[in-house]
Amino acid sequence: MEFVSPVGLRLDGRRPQELRAMRAQLGVLASADGSALFEMGNTKVLAAVFGPKPVEQRSREDEKRAVVRCEYAMAAFSTGERRRRGKADRRATEITKAIRNTIEQTILTELLPRSQVDVYVQVLQADGGTRCACINAAFLALAAAAVPMCDMVASCAAGYLESTPLLDLNYTEDAGGGPDVAVAIHPNLGDRLVLLQQDSRLAVDTFEEVLELAVAGCRKVAEFMRQTLLEHTQGLAAQRAAGDAAAEAAGGGGGGGSDEELDADDF
Amino acid sequence: MLQSKSFVKKTKKGKVLKVVREHYLRDDIYSGSPLDPECPDDQWRLSGEAAQYLVIDTNVALHQMDVLEHASVSDVVIPGVVLEEVKARNASTYARLRGLAANEAKRFFVFANEHHRDTYVKQEPGESPNDRNDRAIRVAAAWYAARLPGHKVVLLTDDADSRRKAGDMGVEALSCAAYARQRAGEAPELQDLVAAAREAEAAAGGSNEGGGGGKGRAAKRQRVYEEHRPMSDITAGIKTGRYHQGTLRVNRFNGFEGWVGSESVGQDILISGRVDMNRAMEGDVVAVELLPEELWKGASNKLPSGAAAGGDAAPELEGDEAEAAPDGAHIAQVDPGEHYGEDAAAAGGSGKRPTGKVVGVIRRNWRTRGYCGSLQPPKPGALGRGSGNHTESHLFMPVERRFPYIRIHTRQAGTLADKRIVVAIDSWEADSLYPSGHYVRTLGAIGDKETETEVLLIENDINTSPFTAAVHACVPPLPWRVTEADTSDPQRADLRHLPVCSVDPPGCKDIDDALHVRRLPNGNFELGVHIADVTNFVHPDTAMDLEASQRATTVYLVQRRIDMLPKPLTEDICSLRAEVERLAFSVIWEVTPDAEVVSSQFTKSVIRSRAALTYAEAQSRIDDARLTDELSTNLRTMNQLAKILRRKRADRGALSLASPEVKFEIDTETHDPLDVGMYQVREANQMVEEMMLLANCTVAQFTLKHFPACALLRRHPTPPPRQFEPLLRAAAAVGASIDPSSSKSLADSLDRAVRADDPYFNKLIRIMATRCMTQAVYLSSGELSEPEYHHYGLAAPLYTHFTSPIRRYADVIVHRVLMAALGLRPLPDSLRDRELMHGVVDNLNARHRNTQMAGRASVELHTLIFFRSRQVVADARVTKVRSNGLIVFVPKYGIEGPVYLDDAPPADGANGASGSSSSGGGVGGAARRKGGAPPADSNFVYDEEKQTVRSKDGAAHYTVFDKCAVRISVEESTTKGVQIAWKAQSRPRVLSVSVGATARRFSRAIMGMSFSAPSSGVTNYHQLSALDIDKQNVDFKTLDGKVVLVFVVLHEKYAEQGLVIQAFPCNQFAFQEPGGNEEIKKFAAEHGFKGLLMDKIKVNGSGASPVYDYLKVASGDTSAIGWNFAKFLVRRDGTVFGRFGPRTSPCTLEPQIQELLAATH
Repeated sequence: MEFVSPVGLRLDGRRPQELRAMRAQLGVLASADGSALFEMGNTKVLAAVFGPKPVEQRSREDEKRAVVRCEYAMAAFSTGERRRRGKADRRATEITKAIRNTIEQTILTELLPRSQVDVYVQVLQADGGTRCACINAAFLALAAAAVPMCDMVASCAAGYLESTPLLDLNYTEDAGGGPDVAVAIHPNLGDRLVLLQQDSRLAVDTFEEVLELAVAGCRKVAEFMRQTLLEHTQGLAAQRAAGDAAAEAAGGGGGGGSDEELDADDF
Repeated sequence: MLQSKSFVKKTKKGKVLKVVREHYLRDDIYSGSPLDPECPDDQWRLSGEAAQYLVIDTNVALHQMDVLEHASVSDVVIPGVVLEEVKARNASTYARLRGLAANEAKRFFVFANEHHRDTYVKQEPGESPNDRNDRAIRVAAAWYAARLPGHKVVLLTDDADSRRKAGDMGVEALSCAAYARQRAGEAPELQDLVAAAREAEAAAGGSNEGGGGGKGRAAKRQRVYEEHRPMSDITAGIKTGRYHQGTLRVNRFNGFEGWVGSESVGQDILISGRVDMNRAMEGDVVAVELLPEELWKGASNKLPSGAAAGGDAAPELEGDEAEAAPDGAHIAQVDPGEHYGEDAAAAGGSGKRPTGKVVGVIRRNWRTRGYCGSLQPPKPGALGRGSGNHTESHLFMPVERRFPYIRIHTRQAGTLADKRIVVAIDSWEADSLYPSGHYVRTLGAIGDKETETEVLLIENDINTSPFTAAVHACVPPLPWRVTEADTSDPQRADLRHLPVCSVDPPGCKDIDDALHVRRLPNGNFELGVHIADVTNFVHPDTAMDLEASQRATTVYLVQRRIDMLPKPLTEDICSLRAEVERLAFSVIWEVTPDAEVVSSQFTKSVIRSRAALTYAEAQSRIDDARLTDELSTNLRTMNQLAKILRRKRADRGALSLASPEVKFEIDTETHDPLDVGMYQVREANQMVEEMMLLANCTVAQFTLKHFPACALLRRHPTPPPRQFEPLLRAAAAVGASIDPSSSKSLADSLDRAVRADDPYFNKLIRIMATRCMTQAVYLSSGELSEPEYHHYGLAAPLYTHFTSPIRRYADVIVHRVLMAALGLRPLPDSLRDRELMHGVVDNLNARHRNTQMAGRASVELHTLIFFRSRQVVADARVTKVRSNGLIVFVPKYGIEGPVYLDDAPPADGANGASGSSSSGGGVGGAARRKGGAPPADSNFVYDEEKQTVRSKDGAAHYTVFDKCAVRISVEESTTKGVQIAWKAQSRPRVLSVSVGATARRFSRAIMGMSFSAPSSGVTNYHQLSALDIDKQNVDFKTLDGKVVLVFVVLHEKYAEQGLVIQAFPCNQFAFQEPGGNEEIKKFAAEHGFKGLLMDKIKVNGSGASPVYDYLKVASGDTSAIGWNFAKFLVRRDGTVFGRFGPRTSPCTLEPQIQELLAATH
């Protein structure tokens, strides 16, 4: 398998430092407090946020901060016919933890004592980089649900194949067996690293190169999400300005919108 | 900038899958030409001055690589889709294409048309992927034409349809042949490089194709081979068990016999003859259908000869150019695990074997690097026609016999006639007797040493290109010395005080092992093996490391060494030379005086070798008891220990095998071999060998313990019993019993197989045993289970290669694993990667085999050069008996070859009657074949059980292991170049025993006979006369009244009664009597010969003496005189009593002589 052609194009026509095309849509589920659909190339993830709300299990209640729960799942149809064999649960557990870890560090949990935030992430279509897409989708959904957060969180992976650092691996590249560094950062807090995961090994020098590329990718993702949020809130604002009673009837969703606008401007 | 487009692909291993991939189209892909205003200058690859830009299609890239690689072809645009298709179709062509694209001077530009917004095309409904890709290429060409108005852009394609469609789009298109014609003015050889016109070209009606015999051939198209079954049919057939899949291996000595290893059948399937082989070639993966059992054949029990090929592939089709049968007269250095004239698979009985025919080729194994060989010389009658400058069809003969002839078209036939050239195969159609190919390049004159060496390097795929700059950059600068940092390194022991020395062959520059021994206070010995610390300089994944792992081993040819590592490392920095400090990796044991290992330890070290000895020097130090210096006494101690180790190993069942290694003495000026001799194995060799074995075993155990999954080991699989059959059969025929049930029993029975009167017999048996062995191979320990690590030959459970890291990459890996096991360095990631290691190990094994083949080929070549200037008679042994000849082994030269029993062997020069050896290359193979070999088994009866062949008249009788003498001379012809002609006649055991050792040389001196039509009306022996040894005419009338035994010995007893022995020296048999008459006379006198010694004469052939002509006729047996010591008994009255073969001892003639003497005149 040759992952970078002699003219420097990857299999799908990207150059090594290019992201896949991203698309995002907020408020896709009416029943959730916040929801988002996020796509990186052919990887498509749906996130839904419920809360902040009272803690369901009394024993888990924390009087100082909010409890963040997270559930990650892959749709049965998400991988098409290439079936991942076995250990699916373990892998899911690991990704769940990674996502929860990341968003827990981002949500200002101490502002929401004795409450709970549930984040559900569902992979609809998998083509590599699912955990990063999940984190991004979760963030967008949290923003849509107006959960207070310290910063945006943006995630992106980079790999190292054929002695070339490659940004945002798709499934084919991921299956190439090279090292894969998944990163999440707080872009407005000095690119603070929130998540750093790596499978397989990498020499220290190369690692830094790859990490740098991944962080650069995160920044691009953050910029994209920022735009998306802005557009979304502008849309909501325009809706409100129309001052329709009908918009009022839409209820909580619209109410959250104003908070969200503030959030977006903070970033 | 990014545009997304998803599209659908299907497939993957039989299952139909829908795979969705993204496909981004870009607008930042440029034309790569300075003529394009939009193209940024860092993208300029094409030249602005080029007359035209070529856009190539996939088939051109796949089949016309030699044209593209020609220096005159530049400024070529390779559409990305072409690159992808080539990658999918042929890996090595792809590598070449990438090489072209990377070569600045060639100005090949890869245009990523598939990702360009304007040139991406979507597959239309009903359009095949191929058509879609062709369209994409045309669109790319059109884009270029539009992009660069006013500049000529040419689409190069051999597909006429595509050319037409390109024309419709307004793009100029040419076929390769047309392009080459267009360029003929600047680069005439371009036309030869064009691969044979494909069918598409032929279909185009050859509108402007004038050259070649294309039309003529088309007219009499006739099917020679069965069409291959369609792929779907084959896959289904293999599934249902109707067909069997396997790789075809063609007999190295007989290109008409091949074997297909098949798991489904359980044993190898014999494919006999070209028709059944159905265009498959060596290494192809084929589908085979078994023939009905009544058609099964056994492996041929004949020597390959003209007759064997007689019934082959429809010779009438192109009978005038029919391929010569594999020439029998061919010497070879025979591999271990191989028997002369037999494929390894054939070993094991001549009974019927499953026989099949090829129904389809699943994967071709045609070499992209081409085949070396030469053109078949034109037939004498056709000499005139070849002078023109137009393209002609010629047959090309590969040097390797397992490949068929190849038809090529060339217009340089005249200049190529005496050249070695490289030819690539393009196709093999069912209506063509031979595959068609094209000329690639010329190597040099046939028979030239440099050229022939080049040939053997190419044939064995050995990389001789110099190291790249990147590799050299990894070498520390010279002069290099051990630094303070090295000596103070806590991981490195300072062993400079130890009396270390190295023992190697003379002239060895890459010294990678050194030894020491010293007595410890407790009475034990410390034994040390110090190996060059190559891994201190060769770091994993550097350019040098990658290059070394590709090369895998240093190649040793007779006069040339092709290094695995750059020269400064090989000869200086790593080499453990005398009197300089060097870095080493040491294994140190404490052993008891009984050579029991008490403990062992590994360490990196700094050593200082006291002396770099040759084997001979070391041996003389060991032998000379007067030398009491430290080095000599140490060597003696070491030798003692080594002997004990060796005995212990033998007790465990290690085999002591023999191989016929030779060494050349080379003229320092001409670099031609002066002499060849058996390689002498001294005790010192065995001592070093023993130490290395011990080191390797110790390292193997240690590394495996630490890394059970990724230690590199060397295993030697137990040979399957049937492989021993040739040995058992031969041994049984002479009454020796060999028990191959285990290595121990084999070793013991080999020890027992001795003949008191024949010291060489045992070695011969051991050489034959070596040939029954399987090849030892490297493996990564994770791939097999423990019992399979076993090394059969050494009777060691674990073995590896640790001791030669300068010349073997396997040892480099083992060093790294050992370092990791000792905690000195982490284990490189690549060694843990199982898949990667599998590839590395496969490469090691393949290269190892190639290197051995190349080494042997080099010895063969030098043997040829050696014999070219001389004719030699040498002692030889029969190693195999076949129905029409013998396989004879010459220990002195380590060569083996066939000797034909009938007097018309395939090589003309070898015909004993012609006497002269260098027949001037006249008659090609075709003529020989036409003439037809005489029925091979007419005169001889073959007894497989006893391994004997005897002539019907009982005069000749040959058994395996017989001693004989062969005359070796070189026959030069323009066909296969130079080959050795053999002529042997048995110098029977009986005779050499009865005459005894002293008479042996004499026995060679005299003799011979000849037969040509009796020249005169001689009716009585006494009418003849001949010159005696002093050139005095001896009238045979003086013999009137005597019983004449034309020959030897009994003289004394019967002289007074009237027995005269006349001895005619003759030089026709193996040139045993090359000396002048004086010399012969002296010799005869010394040995008490009292008969009538005659002048040296010829006995066979045209110049034969009338004496012998008469004798032959009169005795009623007119066949040629077989060998020295043929005897005729002549009565007192001059009539001939009888003829006796050389095997008849004169003593057994005593009764007849007495009878004749008793008869009165």
